Amino acid sequence: MATRGFTGRRPSAAFASRLPPGQFETDDFPVLSKGPTPRVDLATWRFTLSDGPRPLASWSWTEFEALPHTVWQGDIHCVTTWSKFDTTWEGVTIDELLAAAGVSAPSAYTLAISHDDYDTNVPAADLLDGRAMVATRFNGAPLAAEHGGPARLLVPHLYFWKSAKWIKGLRFTARDEAGFWELRGYHLRGDPWKQQRYSDDP
Amino acid sequence: MSGVTPSPPSMPAASPWHDAVVERVAVLTPRIVSVFLRAPLAPGLAGQHLVVRLTAPDGYAAQRSYSVASAPGVMPIELIVEKLEDGEVSPFFHEVVAPGDHLEVRGPLGGHFVWRPADGGPLLLVGGGSGVAPLMAMVRDWHASGAGVPLLLVVSARTWAELAFRDELVALQARAPLLRFVAVTTRDAAHRPGDLVQRLDSTALQRLLAAWGHVPAHVFVCGANRFVEAVTTGLLDAAVPAERIRTERYGGAG
Repeated sequence: MATRGFTGRRPSAAFASRLPPGQFETDDFPVLSKGPTPRVDLATWRFTLSDGPRPLASWSWTEFEALPHTVWQGDIHCVTTWSKFDTTWEGVTIDELLAAAGVSAPSAYTLAISHDDYDTNVPAADLLDGRAMVATRFNGAPLAAEHGGPARLLVPHLYFWKSAKWIKGLRFTARDEAGFWELRGYHLRGDPWKQQRYSDDP
Repeated sequence: MSGVTPSPPSMPAASPWHDAVVERVAVLTPRIVSVFLRAPLAPGLAGQHLVVRLTAPDGYAAQRSYSVASAPGVMPIELIVEKLEDGEVSPFFHEVVAPGDHLEVRGPLGGHFVWRPADGGPLLLVGGGSGVAPLMAMVRDWHASGAGVPLLLVVSARTWAELAFRDELVALQARAPLLRFVAVTTRDAAHRPGDLVQRLDSTALQRLLAAWGHVPAHVFVCGANRFVEAVTTGLLDAAVPAERIRTERYGGAG
């Protein structure tokens, strides 16, 4: 149904193919979070990989920074309809974390857990084979606190609420357990190319 | 057949697109209009938002989220739209839309930045610019429901003229003793005793809380990111527990 008098502003042809349906490109970097920016102390920061309640491995900030780092460049897409092109992130891939822990993925699902008690569920397959990292740098600088610093999950092929800010752990789960926004009406997986925004989207 | 009826799977809240008719558009401030819509939507909760979809003749569509400013269940539904100079959608609401126009809406959506009268208080609401919209829904719901809890509403804008819902709030405060409305302007003189002329910081928030005399059980902060960061930092400094503070941040999306 056309809206009388609306013409819109289309992305340039070069970018149109990179823009998922219902998204628009922004140069800004909007911030969305459920509450205040948590105050995270690097001196006590730890990242824990666990299988259900059982810890598999954990790293202090110094230990984490000593792990092999990877640079990823590409586009990110927020469910609130903005997309940001050509962002550059640096961090440790989930593959590297598992390798450093000496394990392979123990189950098919995960919950990413944050310092502000935020969590979000991501299928393990969406985290492996170089598809996701725990990012500590954005565009060449330490990740700003309001964007999730010191470390956030980065799963760029899913809507960005899956890229949990202020991450402190990744827990493998036997079942797909809905996280914070998923319990509040958002989709269990969140593929931007399929417009999986709300729980009743296909 | 065993004769046992399996329980149905739990159904998520349906949120299909609905046709909405624009009833009227009113100038709220020099940069904000109120858009009043009629649409067959569920009442929802104060603080929720609608997604609005506009479609061009060739099928190109743009969608944006707008907080509902009217109280749950009140028709027409009021959205407020701030004009962003380089925006794609907001200029449509400021320059093009007219009563009788149709557009598509989805919602009300969102299950976090919401307040129910049963949640009680004391309730602290802090809004910047058009970020007052979801807080206005809460104030209106608080008043309509007769929730007997103290409510402190702090709204910041550049000038007195740019304070959305200012007159309604001043009038409501005169009738509702439990409501305290503090206007904060950054580029204007104070217009009433108790109003502030400054950017909200830790010191100002601590003074406001001390003068109010209540410890907030629920805090909602909405506005541009820089505003929300400053206010939430100030509230944490004022010893308000982080888990009581919910935020909604408006990005630079037009």
